[in-house]
Amino acid sequence: MNRIQELFNQKKGNILNVYCTAGFPQLESTVPVMKALQDSGVDMIELGMPYSDPLADGPVIQASSTKALANGMTIATLFEQLRGFRQQVYVPVILMGYMNPVLQYGFEKFCQHAADAPIDGLILPDLPEYEFETEYGPIIQRYGLNFIFLVTPETSEERIRKLDSLSTGFLYAVSSSSTTGKDKDMNAVNDFLQRLQNMKLKNPVLVGFGIKDKPTFQQACEHANGAIIGTAFIKAIENTADVEGATKKFITDIKS
Amino acid sequence: MTTTTYQQPNAQGYYGKFGGAFIPEMLHRNVEELRSKYLDIIYDPAFQKEFRSLLHDYAGRPTPLYLAQRLSKQYGTTIYLKREDLCHTGAHKVNNTIGQILLAERLGKKRIIAETGAGQHGVATATVCALKGVECIVYMGEKDIERQAPNVARMKMLGATVIPATSGSKTLKDATNEAIRDWINNPVDTHYIIGSVVGPHPYPDMVARFQSVISEEIRWQLKEKTGSELPTHVLACVGGGSNAAGAFYHFLEEPSVQLVAVEASGHGVHSGLSAATTQLGKPGVLHGSKSLVMQTEDGQVVEPHSISAGLDYPGIGPLHAHLYDSGRGVFLSATDEQALQAAFNLAKQEGIIPALESSHALASLEFLNPEKPKQSEAPIPPKALFTKDSVVVVCLSGRGDKDMATYMKAMEMK
Ligand SMILES: Cc1ncc(COP(=O)(O)O)c(C=O)c1O
Repeated sequence: MNRIQELFNQKKGNILNVYCTAGFPQLESTVPVMKALQDSGVDMIELGMPYSDPLADGPVIQASSTKALANGMTIATLFEQLRGFRQQVYVPVILMGYMNPVLQYGFEKFCQHAADAPIDGLILPDLPEYEFETEYGPIIQRYGLNFIFLVTPETSEERIRKLDSLSTGFLYAVSSSSTTGKDKDMNAVNDFLQRLQNMKLKNPVLVGFGIKDKPTFQQACEHANGAIIGTAFIKAIENTADVEGATKKFITDIKS
Repeated sequence: MTTTTYQQPNAQGYYGKFGGAFIPEMLHRNVEELRSKYLDIIYDPAFQKEFRSLLHDYAGRPTPLYLAQRLSKQYGTTIYLKREDLCHTGAHKVNNTIGQILLAERLGKKRIIAETGAGQHGVATATVCALKGVECIVYMGEKDIERQAPNVARMKMLGATVIPATSGSKTLKDATNEAIRDWINNPVDTHYIIGSVVGPHPYPDMVARFQSVISEEIRWQLKEKTGSELPTHVLACVGGGSNAAGAFYHFLEEPSVQLVAVEASGHGVHSGLSAATTQLGKPGVLHGSKSLVMQTEDGQVVEPHSISAGLDYPGIGPLHAHLYDSGRGVFLSATDEQALQAAFNLAKQEGIIPALESSHALASLEFLNPEKPKQSEAPIPPKALFTKDSVVVVCLSGRGDKDMATYMKAMEMK
């Protein structure tokens, strides 16, 4: 059992997962930001590996990736930064990124180094289920990593069940078909989440995209196990000298 | 796995090792809708009737297959030009946009988005949207908007909205990213008209089928002129690879026909300013398919360079990656300078001003000339060289009107 399962065993609701970009705002920010998130009471961290062409992300997260790349961030550098990080960060950490840099690093080597770090799970939004089942899934499983699929309001019930069966850790509900950082009609989101709740899925559900503050977080948690905040957090730390202070303030405002 | 021919990818969209659909879940419904319906729609007789009649009456097809006598004499062999430059809007791009607008109509889509580099695909998309009275949004890199002002004006006059792509390197690959993001954010009413044989399955196959009219015509035109449907060589430039896919299509399974794809090597393949994807790229995933991609060791996509905005793309379609990998295609490259020379040569020899993209295909005639072959940066298999009995077809993918500013500058420098 890894940290993700442990977390969901202990805590069924109001789980707060926060996204941050590795190497942002400074190259060396990766671990200090994660530590500050954890110390502020975040339950889980989604750590983004920057990519030049992040299709599923909006302008704010892409800009943070561009900055991180300019800072010199690479997957190899990230794994160096993560050496020994478990002495400070004990919450579950999921690596989020795109296929191309992972393929260049070497898919199996990547899984091995992620498991060594140790990282708990992976989100690769442009790895579709066909490729997962035929080629990459067995490698991910061999290294004991969770793999989290996304579902959207446009995903059919049959397909949701399929993706739920392939996912380990949790299922990532994208609150509407959209890139990150767009405002959402929360009523439509609610209908979707209720539909998921009624399906009695195998995995817990975390809601992402469009969650930005206390009210949206609370609303998302009504029909799901928790929520993921990305763009709003990146905005909160992008123009500040005191990243740790800004992180604490941002998370405290949500959890208060 | 079903067997793949060169013409047809397998059920998952793979040509050999390349292809597939590497898309986030947010695009799944749209892409799946397209995948499950495109063949039925395209091969419906009513669709074919409308498609064929628009190609004929609106786009001006068939385009001539012209025996270029002075060019033939210059290179000591027989050279035909497939005159895609005479298509409405000035390039082959309209073959694809006519097909896709008819498809979008049958899918009930009310809004069209597209990406463009040089602006040719943007113009061809804006044109068919005007024809059908459909809203049209074209994403174009901020840098390309500056360097291709006349095409931006054409798109606007045709009623399209041109949105600058300001992320990343602000050129074609970023315009493509923005178009894909728009599609993610508008999952129900929007169709994305991709401009080349790139993107997730079924786009590469679908665009190749629409462009295959080029080689369909070459076959019967050549038969009329020479008594044989088969040339010895077909030459075409490759950005994403749609004019090449169209010119090669009906010869893919004819092993006697040499298929020569010409990429843009900018200042030289290894100059750091190049777009010669097969020579510089490694297998990777870009814009939804696995193909060859120009990238750093860390898997970040690099910005290519070519004097021709239409070839300034860091990938190629998966069909071409497979033609390269399997050895079925011969991949050459021409520099900015060689393309310019070829453009001026065609203008003087034949009275035709070609697009800069097409000039790369013309430039490769120099490498294949048996009398005095020029040094090519890419290796040339001996079988690809011409003899005096060769019958060579060059796909003249577009006309040079859009490139006059570049040509004028080149004349001033002389
Ligand atoms: C005249 C012309 N030829 C070729 C191309 C390159 O595209 P493709 O490789 O898809 O044919 C373009 C693209 O803008 C073009 O305008």
